[in-house]
Amino acid sequence: MASFWHWWIIILTTVTIVGITWILLANRKRGEGTTEQTTGHAHDGIEEYDNPLPAWWFYMFVITIVWAIGYLIVYPGMGNYPGLIGWTQLEQHREEVAAADERYSEMRSRYLAMSVEEIAKDPAVVKMGSRLFGNNCAQCHGADGKGRYGFPNLTDDDWLWGGSPDAIKTALLQGRRAAMPAWASVLGDDGIAETTEYVVSLNGRTADPELAAAGEKHFQMYCAACHGPDGKGNAIFGAPNLTNGIWLYGGTREQIAHSLRAGRNGVMPAFGDSLTEDKIHILTAYVYSLSN
Amino acid sequence: MKHEVVEKNVGLMMILIIVAISFGTLVELVPLMFIKQTNEPIAGLKPLPALELEGRDIYIREGCNNCHSQMIRPLRAETERYGHYSVAGEFVYDHPFLWGSKRTGPDLARVGQRYSDDWHRAHFYNPRDVVPESNMPAYPWLFEREVDGTVTGKKMNALRTVGVPYTDEDIAGAEAAVAGKLEIDALIAYVQQLGTLLQTRR
Repeated sequence: MASFWHWWIIILTTVTIVGITWILLANRKRGEGTTEQTTGHAHDGIEEYDNPLPAWWFYMFVITIVWAIGYLIVYPGMGNYPGLIGWTQLEQHREEVAAADERYSEMRSRYLAMSVEEIAKDPAVVKMGSRLFGNNCAQCHGADGKGRYGFPNLTDDDWLWGGSPDAIKTALLQGRRAAMPAWASVLGDDGIAETTEYVVSLNGRTADPELAAAGEKHFQMYCAACHGPDGKGNAIFGAPNLTNGIWLYGGTREQIAHSLRAGRNGVMPAFGDSLTEDKIHILTAYVYSLSN
Repeated sequence: MKHEVVEKNVGLMMILIIVAISFGTLVELVPLMFIKQTNEPIAGLKPLPALELEGRDIYIREGCNNCHSQMIRPLRAETERYGHYSVAGEFVYDHPFLWGSKRTGPDLARVGQRYSDDWHRAHFYNPRDVVPESNMPAYPWLFEREVDGTVTGKKMNALRTVGVPYTDEDIAGAEAAVAGKLEIDALIAYVQQLGTLLQTRR
């Protein structure tokens, strides 16, 4: 802080404290107890006693002034003066964080050294994991991890990008970006209807055989690259299995047709830049424990 | 001076009251308007592009700041949950500040990139579709209304007069930049950049 503002603060603060003290003392009446004397004001017959400030009130006021002076000596307040104990908000934060790091560092390095499968069985890890999950993941995947429309269920054994500890950790560190293109312009309305019918048939549901047969041709040409020739999906692209009746965006004909027309581009944000390695490790174990 | 003189002279009393209450402002506020630590933008801070600026105005219009703060205090409990504490340099182009003082909902100072755009859409349309416990209101009308770009340039110009470094090209291209965009697009664009400049692993 420039010395001008340093002195500005010091002088104005001092003036305030001195001024308040002066007003308090200058207006003090040294009367003893209450009197019958009034101020002379009368409003509709209501009059006002002119008594001194009650002593307890007066001394409370004095205490606040003394407190202010003491505070300004001990804590930073007067411009650049750091205060007797050198307290700063940031130093306090740093100490809090350092104390927590020290307290937890042993546990963290212990868990980091163990495999995900191993710590996923530890109730303490699951408990920590569930709290980290609640703060970072539950908004999309739900507090119970069962997901929502558009956000995958993590408690079943159907995984878009793979359910191994490594795959889960990669998803956490780097996020996931699904890229199903929109097929409306390629397939046209008839093509969408036919392909929809074929996808419905993949689930063993009754489908119009003629449409489905036509749809299969489209499927093998455009969809099989990611979803596989048998529609069982491919974790490398995050392409879902279309044959098991688990639908991220709904499995009605209307919803399937919509996914085909408009494409789907689900995004899982990356946490590698915002969460520390040990927390990612614990979260991986928690997510792994949800389905294992 | 007799107390009575002040009490019976309203003009004098007003002047003395103004003097008395101005000390706090003069000591606690005025120096911050001039010192470097609070006036210098942090590295990488740029004025909000047109769409995000409109999103910010929608954020204000819908009263988001009544329930969400944008200010992470340097307390471990907060930095663990939200990320790096807020610093003054992040807000030098904010007029007015949206720090807020009430957290009915969580702090949003570093919400940018935390959730996907799709999540924000679902959440703004009806928060309970994604977070069943939520008591946040739904904002379905944002999905129907288009951003009014006719005054975006003027807003930028006004901000420029108070020191936000918009260029002439920014202002000239403002209307085109928001043309045809829905309010929800603007709001999400604004929310997705919040606090992304200071990133730490927590």
